[in-house]
Amino acid sequence: MNLDEYKGVYVFAQQVDNVINSIAFELIGKGKDLAEALGTEVTAVLIGSNVENLADELAEYGADKVIVVDDPELKEYRTEPYAHALASVVNQYKPEILLVGATAIGRDLGPRVSARVHTGLTADCTQLEIGDFPINPVPGKEQKHNQLLMTRPAFGGNTIATIACPDFRPQMATVRPGVMQKREKKAGVKANVEKFNPGFTPDNKYVEILEIVKAVSDTVDIMDAKILVSGGRGVGSAENFKLLEELADVLGGTVSCSRAVVDAGWKSKELQVGQTGKTVRPHVYFAIGISGAIQHIAGMEEADIIVAINKDETAPIFSVADYGIVGDLNKILPVLTEQLKAAKAAN
Amino acid sequence: MKIVVCIKQVPDTKGGVKFNPDGTLDRASMMTIMNPDDKAGLEAALRLKDQYGAEVTVVTMGLPKAEEVLREAIAMGADKGILVTDRVLGGADTWATSQTLAGALRNIEYDLIITGRQAIDGDTAQVGPQISEHLNIPVISYAQNLKIEGDSVIVERQFDDRYHVLKAKMPCLVTALSELNEPRYMTPGGIFDAYQAEITVWGRADLKDVDDSNLGLKGSPTQIAKASDKVRKGSGEVVTLDPAEAADYIVGKLKEKHVI
Repeated sequence: MNLDEYKGVYVFAQQVDNVINSIAFELIGKGKDLAEALGTEVTAVLIGSNVENLADELAEYGADKVIVVDDPELKEYRTEPYAHALASVVNQYKPEILLVGATAIGRDLGPRVSARVHTGLTADCTQLEIGDFPINPVPGKEQKHNQLLMTRPAFGGNTIATIACPDFRPQMATVRPGVMQKREKKAGVKANVEKFNPGFTPDNKYVEILEIVKAVSDTVDIMDAKILVSGGRGVGSAENFKLLEELADVLGGTVSCSRAVVDAGWKSKELQVGQTGKTVRPHVYFAIGISGAIQHIAGMEEADIIVAINKDETAPIFSVADYGIVGDLNKILPVLTEQLKAAKAAN
Repeated sequence: MKIVVCIKQVPDTKGGVKFNPDGTLDRASMMTIMNPDDKAGLEAALRLKDQYGAEVTVVTMGLPKAEEVLREAIAMGADKGILVTDRVLGGADTWATSQTLAGALRNIEYDLIITGRQAIDGDTAQVGPQISEHLNIPVISYAQNLKIEGDSVIVERQFDDRYHVLKAKMPCLVTALSELNEPRYMTPGGIFDAYQAEITVWGRADLKDVDDSNLGLKGSPTQIAKASDKVRKGSGEVVTLDPAEAADYIVGKLKEKHVI
């Protein structure tokens, strides 16, 4: 592998139902930082069926170029045709960096592509920068410059590791949604589009889609909420979430939950905060009846203000809470909601 | 039908986690467990065995001590256990790990391979899909439901706001979510069997069609530049108050921070 042949920062621009996922703009935003450090450009790779009209939106958020792979086989996400499309782009264009969102799609696509093109993949990155590897010179070992340094949490968020991929290209990372900053949208920018189709021949790896079942939901995405009222196993039942909903209503917030609540069937997966759910960064996070498994804490500890209510004073959630109250949520919440209503009325 | 389940022994980061005073994880106090997603994958395999009849083989890669999870799996109902262990395999990233497991799996007949979606220590969710790539078989990741129909599997595959019902011809690989099921307990008879069971142990020489350059630390494209225990912001105030006082306290803090 001649590493010098590999140039440019590429991002996978995930779309579903011909709507670009916000992660694509976040990756372009971070990609611009990296490209500036390297003196190169950002190329978005848009894969789907009848998606070319989405390319300008990627340009508006900063993509210097958009490669469009458009084929009827790509209408719905399936691992094989998408992996073939993205791996073929890698083989054809030889990017030095390839970023993919750590979404349910990206975490399926990324490993398959990295294995196909034989390179490393760092999962769920929360920080990306250009630097030297090894970070400090080591006698007898070449220190390589302009490497992608990929930082990610491990052990359920208890350790952080910075990973490099010095001898293989592209340097691939999946990136946690909601962490990187989008650039400001420049309306009216037109994309520099390049069409590419490697050909799609269905084989045993093309799975058949029998049915697509969309969750019927009109709830706010918890990743966008400024105030989250989050409940855990301690809430006790699906019905008892009413107490949290009333509190959320008076604050203009949204209800979310821990994994235990999803496992118990009280709330749907899309409301789950944590390592296997969503990473949230609200202004205020109420952790109610949540003990605070580290997988949960990893998904919410970046909140500006954390208020925890738990009857167990040894609950780990208190180790990250700004304000911890040891007490019975069933008694505290109704009083709190009433007081907030009164406080609002007085304003 | 022949089903292979890949399982991993991991430190138990769930439940009784303890922090050191500096906010880092107190590893010394942690037990090891069978990775939860893998256990759900094993349970799915055992249910297929109950329903259709199948031979279930569990495979793990790790230190010799990882034999414990194979015996646990046999006590739950798996038929055979294979431990892949060798000093030259140590330090593997997901590329080298998936190459190792693929090398082991090439020695085994299988219709269906099940892995957990991800392990709770690394959380990468990469090894399952990468094994399928090396074996050139289809993968369905994030399975929340699984059944067999003729020579195919039908799987509910979870996405953020939807699920797809997918059909793949076997042989194929499925990665399981722990939401898939509630794993069964070990049975007394199973525990007895597990103690008696002969665990097959394979080393580097037993891996099929894998080059040395793809194994262990040396075969890993990714390398650690630095690792550190995360410094947490630490706890603030913790108070014990009666409900009215608690409400006053929270309202006061929210006002102080201009939330209301």
